[in-house]
Amino acid sequence: MSHHIIEFRNVSFTYPDGTAALRDVSFRITHGEAVGIVGPNGAGKTTLIMLMNGLILPGGGEVMVGEVPVTRKTLSEIRRKVGVVMQNPDDQLFMPTVREDVAFGPSNMELPPEVIEQRVDEALREVGALHLKDRPPHRLSGGQKKAVAIAGVIAMKPDILVMDEPTAGLDPGARRQLIEIVKGFRHSRIIATHDLDLVLEVCERCILLHGGAIKRDGPPGEILLDAQLMQESGLALPLSATV
Amino acid sequence: MEIGSNFLNIGYLDSLSYRASPVHRIDPRIKTIVTIVYVVTVVSFPRYEVSGLLPFFIYPVFLISVGNIPPGFVLRKLLLVSPFVVMVGMFNPIFDRTPMLELYGVEISGGWVSFTSILLKFVLTISTALLLIATTSFTGICEGLGRMGVPQVFVVQLLFLYRYLFVLVEEALRMVRARDARSSGKRGKGVRVFIHLVGVLLVRTIQRAERIYAAMLSRGYTGRMPLRRTHRIGMKELIFLSSWILLFLVMRRYNLSLYLGILLGQDGMR
Ligand SMILES: Nc1ncnc2c1ncn2[C@@H]1O[C@H](COP(=O)(O)OP(=O)(O)OP(=O)(O)O)[C@@H](O)[C@H]1O
Ligand SMILES: [Mg+2]
Repeated sequence: MSHHIIEFRNVSFTYPDGTAALRDVSFRITHGEAVGIVGPNGAGKTTLIMLMNGLILPGGGEVMVGEVPVTRKTLSEIRRKVGVVMQNPDDQLFMPTVREDVAFGPSNMELPPEVIEQRVDEALREVGALHLKDRPPHRLSGGQKKAVAIAGVIAMKPDILVMDEPTAGLDPGARRQLIEIVKGFRHSRIIATHDLDLVLEVCERCILLHGGAIKRDGPPGEILLDAQLMQESGLALPLSATV
Repeated sequence: MEIGSNFLNIGYLDSLSYRASPVHRIDPRIKTIVTIVYVVTVVSFPRYEVSGLLPFFIYPVFLISVGNIPPGFVLRKLLLVSPFVVMVGMFNPIFDRTPMLELYGVEISGGWVSFTSILLKFVLTISTALLLIATTSFTGICEGLGRMGVPQVFVVQLLFLYRYLFVLVEEALRMVRARDARSSGKRGKGVRVFIHLVGVLLVRTIQRAERIYAAMLSRGYTGRMPLRRTHRIGMKELIFLSSWILLFLVMRRYNLSLYLGILLGQDGMR
């Protein structure tokens, strides 16, 4: 299943104002892997995610999804394969009702109405938000918004699910629920987060970014529990490791 | 300063519009058309008309009762905008002193009659417009506009404006609170701080717009908004439309309060 692979080949990215956000980043994520991307504020996590579905294109190097390079021409194909859940759910829930919002992606894929309807129900059920179907997004709680935002992405049935800060602003219950959702997802998952315990629990691999470059790439247990490395990288040990 | 909760109270108006009642279920297009006809009919009355306007209260009263809208809410909104109308009508009694009618031996000038007429027209039209929103939801009105031929760009603009108004107001409130928290009881440093806040808000809004657009692209946006059609014009709609418009025309043509007055053996006001 080569299309569930995402690969960065010596990718660099510099913002128009001259900030070099990523420098010579290379990694390969294969089918079914759950990968956590950690690093202090400004390390380049969000930038990395935006490169994965072509919201920005690399300044140097190449991003591959399956056998397809991310370029201006392949964008629509790439975006169907790589589903991105944004950091702030308010940015993602722009339609008047939950139902319409979840249907937004499938509708853009020109699916027949019955299929769209079915996918909306399936996706909402998967995140436990089916009862919110007819509510307007601006009347939901933070955790509910997050769940619906995820449903909006999984309704497109992407091969790779990418999430930016999925647990930020969630209460412990909602966070637990989200972890279960992420664990239940069958395909490749990439999670950029400050929630190191989430990475420890869900991911089998962890990429540590620092100053726009990969500092370490390996099992979460080795990276996140290395007190000296964490301190050097401006992070702290996961809570579960300190008690 | 609770912009969100006290001034227009859009949040509350919004929540009213999600109630389920027979009026809420009527197709937005129909309610919009009936409201427009209503407003035009009311405004078309001559400037000295008072008694002929009174029967028109039936429509807002109908919406309030069937739509299950708290009347106090509508009254408070009316009071909020009334100073404006009083300003507009205020000069009539001063300039127009021709005696017009006698009520219990007191002579009333034309100015007062036309002032009353303006007030009535105002109360009728504003309350009906408010009730349209409270019983239709903004989304419904937008859907209706789109289906009546308004270009999609405008409809989507309106929808986004409405959606992010809530986010924006919240953000503005947070900033105002942060300023107040750090200005030791005074209102910040006056105008300069205020201008600065507005600037920051603008920049944040632009950044947010960029992120929303990115989210739309991520989900395959190609320029077409897949809006749902939730309503249908059926028999109920046609009856609603035709009976109200007919009633408005009848009430415009015949002064029902006058007939009622004659029926009760009294003189009408005019
Ligand atoms: N639109 C932009 N224009 C210019 N520079 C930017 C822009 N967005 C991010 N940067 C810069 O790029 C670098 C990486 O930012 P990025 O948002 O990827 O970090 P992050 O790891 O997601 O941080 P956080 O944990 O705070 O979300 C930072 O130095 C940041 O200041
Ligand atoms: Mg980020």
